[in-house]
Amino acid sequence: MSGLLSWMIFIPLIGGVVILFFKQEQKTAIRGISTVASLLPLFLSFMMLAEYDPSTSAMQFVERASWIPALNVFYHVGADGISVPMLFLTALLSFVSIVASFGIEKRVKEYFAFFLLLETGMMGVFAALDFFLFYVFWEVMLVPMYFLIGVWGGPRKEYAAIKFFLYTLFGSIFMLVGILLLYFNTEPHTLSFLELIDHGPAFSHNLQLLVFVFFFIAFAIKIPAWPFHTWLPDAHVEAPTAVSVILAGVLLKMGTYGLLRVSLPMLPYGANYFMWPMAAIGVIGIIYGALVCMAQKDLKKLVAYSSVSHMGYCLLGMAAVGSVAGIQGCMFQMFAHGLITGALFILVGVIYDRAHTREIDAFGGLWLKLPVYSGVMVLFVMGSLGLPGLAGFISEFMVFIGSFSTFTWLTGVAVLGVVLTAGYFLRMVQKIFLGEFNTKWDGKLPDMNFREIFTVAPLAVLMIAIGFYPKILSMWMQPTIQDLVRLIAR
Amino acid sequence: MNMSFAEMYGDLSLIIPEVVLFVFACLVFAMGARGKQSTGSMAVWSFFGLVITTILLLITDKGQAFGVMFLADDFALAFKLIILVAAMFTVASSIDLTGKFPAHRGEYYGIVLLSAVGMMFMVSAGELLSMYVALELSTVSLFVLAAYNKFNTKSAEAGLKYVILGAISSAVLIYGIALMYGLTGTTEYGQIKDALLQLRFSAGEFPRGFFVAAVLLIAGFGFKLSLVPFHMWAPDVYEGAPTPITAYLSTASKAAGLAVFLRVFFGGLVIAQSEWLMILAVLAALAMIVGNITAVVQKNIKRMLAFSSIAHIGYILVAVVATNAAGVSSMTFYMMAYLFANMGAFIVAIVVAQKTGSDLIMDYSGLSRRSPLLAGYMLIFLLSLTGIPPLAGFVGKYYVFMAAIGQGYMWLVLIALLTSVIALYYYAYVMWRMYFAKEGEYPADPVPFPVLPKIVLSVAVLAILVIGVFPAPFLDFARTAAQSFVP
Repeated sequence: MSGLLSWMIFIPLIGGVVILFFKQEQKTAIRGISTVASLLPLFLSFMMLAEYDPSTSAMQFVERASWIPALNVFYHVGADGISVPMLFLTALLSFVSIVASFGIEKRVKEYFAFFLLLETGMMGVFAALDFFLFYVFWEVMLVPMYFLIGVWGGPRKEYAAIKFFLYTLFGSIFMLVGILLLYFNTEPHTLSFLELIDHGPAFSHNLQLLVFVFFFIAFAIKIPAWPFHTWLPDAHVEAPTAVSVILAGVLLKMGTYGLLRVSLPMLPYGANYFMWPMAAIGVIGIIYGALVCMAQKDLKKLVAYSSVSHMGYCLLGMAAVGSVAGIQGCMFQMFAHGLITGALFILVGVIYDRAHTREIDAFGGLWLKLPVYSGVMVLFVMGSLGLPGLAGFISEFMVFIGSFSTFTWLTGVAVLGVVLTAGYFLRMVQKIFLGEFNTKWDGKLPDMNFREIFTVAPLAVLMIAIGFYPKILSMWMQPTIQDLVRLIAR
Repeated sequence: MNMSFAEMYGDLSLIIPEVVLFVFACLVFAMGARGKQSTGSMAVWSFFGLVITTILLLITDKGQAFGVMFLADDFALAFKLIILVAAMFTVASSIDLTGKFPAHRGEYYGIVLLSAVGMMFMVSAGELLSMYVALELSTVSLFVLAAYNKFNTKSAEAGLKYVILGAISSAVLIYGIALMYGLTGTTEYGQIKDALLQLRFSAGEFPRGFFVAAVLLIAGFGFKLSLVPFHMWAPDVYEGAPTPITAYLSTASKAAGLAVFLRVFFGGLVIAQSEWLMILAVLAALAMIVGNITAVVQKNIKRMLAFSSIAHIGYILVAVVATNAAGVSSMTFYMMAYLFANMGAFIVAIVVAQKTGSDLIMDYSGLSRRSPLLAGYMLIFLLSLTGIPPLAGFVGKYYVFMAAIGQGYMWLVLIALLTSVIALYYYAYVMWRMYFAKEGEYPADPVPFPVLPKIVLSVAVLAILVIGVFPAPFLDFARTAAQSFVP
C-alpha cells in the first residue's frame, strides 16, 4: 500500500478535525470516531509488519516529496528496524488509551481531539527522516500534552502542565541549534537524516562534541534521564490515566529513539567520546529512581519514578556503543517498558477510579476481594521487576550482557538496581494485596470490568510472548542494529 | 532637472497607489465633515480604498521615480502589502470604537488611511529627506490616533507621551541625517554608499563623525521601533491607545520602520558595517531579554503584547544582523507571520473587552467555556507568536535563526531561543486562564463573538495555518523581495 506511513500519521489528525464538528453532548459519536481513528492506524501497523522486510537495514515505506524548497525541507518518512517496533507500539498504546478514556466525561470533544493530535505527532516523530519534519512533529506533541494534563489532570495540573511544556521546549531549542549547525556544516546543505548520517564521520570533532551535547540535553529531558527528570513525577501524577499511559509508553521513548536515530549514527565521534558519561547518567538514574521509589506512598508516583529507573537501563545499554547486545537491550527495554508501564498506569487508574485514592497504605488484602485485578497487577509488576519469562527480564539481561565488557563496575552497580526494584515492588504488592483487608472498602471495590480487561489484555499477551520467545521482537531489529553498530564504529 | 512630460508622467504612474489612497483619505474626511454617513459606511469606504490600493499596487510597474526618491521594487511591494493588510484589519476592527465618537469618525478613518500613505512612502523612499517627511506623516497621524479615545485619561496620556518622545526621537534622527549629509554630501542611499567607500579608500578608515551619525540614526529609528533602551514610551502608549490603534502601531508602523532601517543601513551604510553591526547585535539581544522578561509580570493583555512586540522586534533584528539576502528575506517572512498573529491577538482583546470592559489577563478566565471559538482562535495566535509548529510563527523563527547561524551568530540565536522559552511562559499563562480556570472563578454568561470580527479573525487564522504548513510561495515572495536590494 502506498503512503502507508502517511496514512498512519494523518488518519488520527483527520479524526481529530472531524470531532471538532460535533457537539460536546454527542459523546458516543465522539468516542466512536476516536476509536475508529486510532484503530485504523493500528490496523495499518499490522499491514506494515506484514510488508516489512526484516532482512535488510534499508529504509522501507519511504515517501519523499519536496515541501519547502527554499529551506531544503522535504516531506520524507520511512521506517527501519528502530522505528517499526516504535510505530507499532504507538499505534497499539494509542488505541488502548483511547478505549481506556471512555470514562472521561468532562469536555469530551476537546479531550479526544487533543488525543488524536498527539497520536499524529508521535507517529510523525517515529517516521520522520527529515530534521525539520522531525522537529515539527516533536513540537506538535507539546500543545495537546499541555492541555491534556492541564485541563483533565489532578489537583496540581496547571503546575505540572506548564512544567512539562517549559522543560521540553527548553530541551528542544538546543536541538534546533544543533540541527542548524549540522545543516550548515554539510555541503550541499541538507536536513535529511540519511545524508547527514552518511556525512557523519566528516563532521569536525569539536562540532560533534558540541552538537552531541545539544542533542543530549533535548533527548535526556524527554527520556527523562537524571538530573533532567523532575518534570516527570509531576506530569505523571497529575495527568489523567490514559495520558500517563502515553507519556510513559511512547513519549519517554522519543528521547532514546532520538539518541539511536540521530545522535549515535550522525555523531559517531561524539558518541564514543561521551559513552562513559552516558553510562554513568544511566546508572545514576537506575539507582536513584529505585531509591526514590522505596520512599513513595503514592502508587502512581511509585510507577512514575520506576520509569526513571527503567529508562536508565536504556541509556546504559546504548552507551555500550560497540555492542549489538547493548543496543538491542536498549530497544527491547523501550518496547517492554512501554507495554509494562503503560499497563501499570492503566491499573493504577482502575483502582483510583474506584477508591479515589492512590495511597498505598490505604489498601490491604485486595487479593481476596479483587482476584482478577490483583492477578493482572502482580503479573505486570513481575514483568517490571524483571521476572524471567516476561519481557522485562529479556531486556535487562541483554543490557547487562552488552554493557558488562565495557563498563564492568558500572554494570555491577546497575545490577543492584534490579534488587532494589524487586524490593519496592514487592513491598507495594505486600501492602496492597496481602495482609488485612481494610474494611473501609467493603463492597465499594468491584473487580475489573470487561473494558478494563480488554485494554490490558493485548499488553499482557505481548509481554509474555516476548518473554518466552524474544525473536518475535528481535527479528525486526537485527539488521538495523548491526548497521547502527557499524555506523557508530566509523 | 528638465524632464519631458512623458518622463514626468511615467514617474507619477509609479505612485498611483499612494495617490489613490490619499484621495480616499480625503474622501472619508469629507464624508465625516458632512456628518450624514453612518459609521459603517465610512469604514466600508476606507476598506474599499485599501482594497483598491492593494490591487493597484499589484499591477503597478516596478522602477524608480523622481530620481531615486521613490523606489518601487519588490521589497517595497512586500512591506506595502503588510502595511495595507494591517490597515484593513484596523479599519475592520474599529467600528465599535468609532461608534462612540460620532463627531470624529471621519477623521479617524481618514487619519488611518493617511498614516498608511505615509508608511507606504517611507518604505519606498530612496533618500533620507523624503524618508523623513514620509515618516513624519505617518507618526503625526499616529499621535492623533493614540489620543483618539479623548475622554479616557490613559488615552490622552498615551497621546501626549507619544508626541513628546516622538518629537525628541525625530530630532535625534534628523541630527543623524544632517551629520551623514555633512560627511558624504548627499542624502541618497546609493550615493552615501559610494561616498563612504571613497572615504575609506582615501583615509583608510571612516571619519570619527560617522560613528556618531550611525549611532544617532540607530537611536532615532530605535525610538520608532521601540528597541530597548528606547522603548520606555511603548507600553504606556500601547496600553492607553484604543486597541485597534495599538494593533496598528505594533504591526504596520513597526514593519514600515524596519523597512526603512534596512534601506538606510543595508542600502547606505553597509560598507561600514564593522562600525555598527555589533551595536545592532547587542540591541537585538537586549530587546529579546528585556521584552520577554518584562512581559512575564504584566497583568494587562495590551501591555503584555506590547512587551512581547518589543521582543519580536529583537528576533527580527537577529535576522538583520545576518546582513545577507537570507537575513532580509527571513525578516520579511517573519513580519508576515507576525502581522497575522499579532493583529489577531489584539482583535481578540477587542472582542473580549466589549463584553468584559477589561483588558486584564485575569478576565480571560474560562474563555474556552464562554466562547470556545474565540478562545480557540486566541490559542492559535498565541502559539504562533510562541513559535510552535506547524504555525506561521515557527517557520518565521526557524528561517531567522537559520540566517543568523549561517553567519556564525550562534550566541545570538541561543539567547533568542532561551528567551523564547520565557515567552512561552507568559503566552501559556493566557492559555491557562482561558482553558484551565475552574468553574465558579468566572462569570458563566457567554462572550458574544460578532460576525465581523469572526470573519476577520477567521482570515487571520487561515493565513497563519496556510503560511505555516505551505510556506513555500511566501518564502519565495520574501526572497524575491530581498533580492531586489541585497544581491
